[in-house]
Amino acid sequence: MEKKDYLWLYRKMLEIRRFEEKAAELYLKGELPGFLHSSIGQEAVPVGACSVLRPDDYIISTHRGHGDIIAKGANLNRMMAELYGKRTGYCKGKGGSMHIADLDLGILGAVGVVGSCIPIANGAALAAQMNRSGQVVVAFFGDGASNTGAFHEALNMGATWNLPIVYVCQNNCVGLSTPQCVHQKIKDISVRGAAYDIPGETVDGMDVLAIRTACEKAVDQARSGGGPTLIEAKTYRYLGHFVGEPGTDYRTKEELESWKKKDAIDGYRNRLLRQKIAGEDELARIEAEVEEAVRQSVQYSLESPDPDPRETLEDVYVTV
Amino acid sequence: MRTIFFREAIYEALREEMIRDPRVFVIGEDVAEYGGPFKTTKGLLQEFGKERVRNTPISESAIVGAGLGASIVGMRPVIDISYIDFTLCCTDQIINQVAKIHYMTGGKAKPSLVIRTEGGAGRSSAAQHAQSLEALYLHIPGLCLVMPSTPYDAKGLLKAAIRNDNPVMFIEHKLLYNEKGEVPEGEYLIPLGKADIKRTGIGVTVVATSRMVKFALEAAAELEKEGISVEVIDPRSLVPLDEETILNSVRKTHRLVIVHEACKRGGFGAELAAVVAEKAIDYLDAPIIRVAAEDTPVPFAPVLENFHLPDKNKIVAGIRRALE
Repeated sequence: MEKKDYLWLYRKMLEIRRFEEKAAELYLKGELPGFLHSSIGQEAVPVGACSVLRPDDYIISTHRGHGDIIAKGANLNRMMAELYGKRTGYCKGKGGSMHIADLDLGILGAVGVVGSCIPIANGAALAAQMNRSGQVVVAFFGDGASNTGAFHEALNMGATWNLPIVYVCQNNCVGLSTPQCVHQKIKDISVRGAAYDIPGETVDGMDVLAIRTACEKAVDQARSGGGPTLIEAKTYRYLGHFVGEPGTDYRTKEELESWKKKDAIDGYRNRLLRQKIAGEDELARIEAEVEEAVRQSVQYSLESPDPDPRETLEDVYVTV
Repeated sequence: MRTIFFREAIYEALREEMIRDPRVFVIGEDVAEYGGPFKTTKGLLQEFGKERVRNTPISESAIVGAGLGASIVGMRPVIDISYIDFTLCCTDQIINQVAKIHYMTGGKAKPSLVIRTEGGAGRSSAAQHAQSLEALYLHIPGLCLVMPSTPYDAKGLLKAAIRNDNPVMFIEHKLLYNEKGEVPEGEYLIPLGKADIKRTGIGVTVVATSRMVKFALEAAAELEKEGISVEVIDPRSLVPLDEETILNSVRKTHRLVIVHEACKRGGFGAELAAVVAEKAIDYLDAPIIRVAAEDTPVPFAPVLENFHLPDKNKIVAGIRRALE
């Protein structure tokens, strides 16, 4: 890894954190419609995974997808504008927080129904395989999704067809309010790879380099025709299921604090300094740039027009 | 002109589009060596290979999801869900994903896929292998919905559906596969959204779908002997719907009978009756009559199934009521 790779990981994790913080702040002030699912705490997983992808590789994401999408390179202005429901947003105000896509960046979209993104990811991988394009797909989903029929159908199909795909489970310990120990008997979701005869690996989801290493191996395997891998990254959602939901009825404060002590961004920052990969000044400059980018995304959104109400009627069908 | 079976017309459409466009592929349960439950894909494997004629696990959600994912990155999959009853195993993929993705992404993603499926009763397949579920999908913005009634229409419509950038639910009737009809040798397309006047008349308009078109034509022939002139229109696609052809006919005949095999409540007939009432009620000289299946599950025993289903005699009776 070169120094710029190390710094990219830091910058991307910070972009997600600051973007999510700003979105939550705006939401709680009543400036954003709908509801928001924050990924604060889980930043290392998509950043580690996307750091080993080519620009033309694909990802697919979930209702808690802001982090995944930013990690693949999404434009913060267009993302924030979508959260505001503006015409300049990624989906022209028709998708909102849960459905951001940028096909030009390989972001196939975010899917609001738990588990349903995984079969769709297989389809992109199938196309890549049929076209011999060498592209790889990363499907992000959570621990809750690992109990859906869609997960099991898709992993069986992906394994059977040897698809170029990596299934990345962001195990944040809870499906909405239901702790993992209540929703499944297994401790490590990665063991489910064995049911489909594909490798399964559990990795520390608060360690961006560990995730990167695991994903690099899985992506190389997928790209070289070796088929899928199931990676489980153990991580934690700091906020509630959605912004405004405190997330304290079903989790203890001690548990949250113990995860925050392992915070992926703080830990990585210390590591960069300790190993003298970067100095305080460089990191401070990145932090200032990220703050400014997020501030600009809000500015851009506020200056953007609302959609014309008549645009409701557009984009239902592809018109020639 | 040559005559071929309906299932051969489907096969020819698939074959021609697969030759024409390497992005087209067929995916579904038992579509390869076995050729599909109604043998519509038999022979494609030998010509195009197992990558483009792809057998799947019995995993309807994964099948439709794979088709959707492939389509938005540029492929043109033709998905085969062997019975429309089984599409209920993957309604999340069809209704939440396929139908929504173009809109949710602000027009970016193009789900250029066809979901071929087969429905209909008439051979004691009972309640889980014989439904007519088109009304479920009719209700969902974002889907196109095609129900061919003849080999000629089936071929031209399927070719057009495969080339369409929208997701198309293409519903074939299981008792039409072994019907024969005239199909020309050369290539032709039938655009979606263009109804076909199967028989012209001036006394009453009958709009019928799928296999009911055949019975409506038989009813019209019978009534002709009494001097009753029946116009029979097949909309061919329910979405998009060629309202103009139907409304023009109603303006001419002033009477409307709607025939479909699905049960009556909440069916296509209810929707079409509402459209005609909204747009042409002043032209109507009689109540709109719906001839449809009884509001029961499809029964097994032939005597029960026959009672459940509409047929020529029930259509004749419906037309007579419209003429009272």
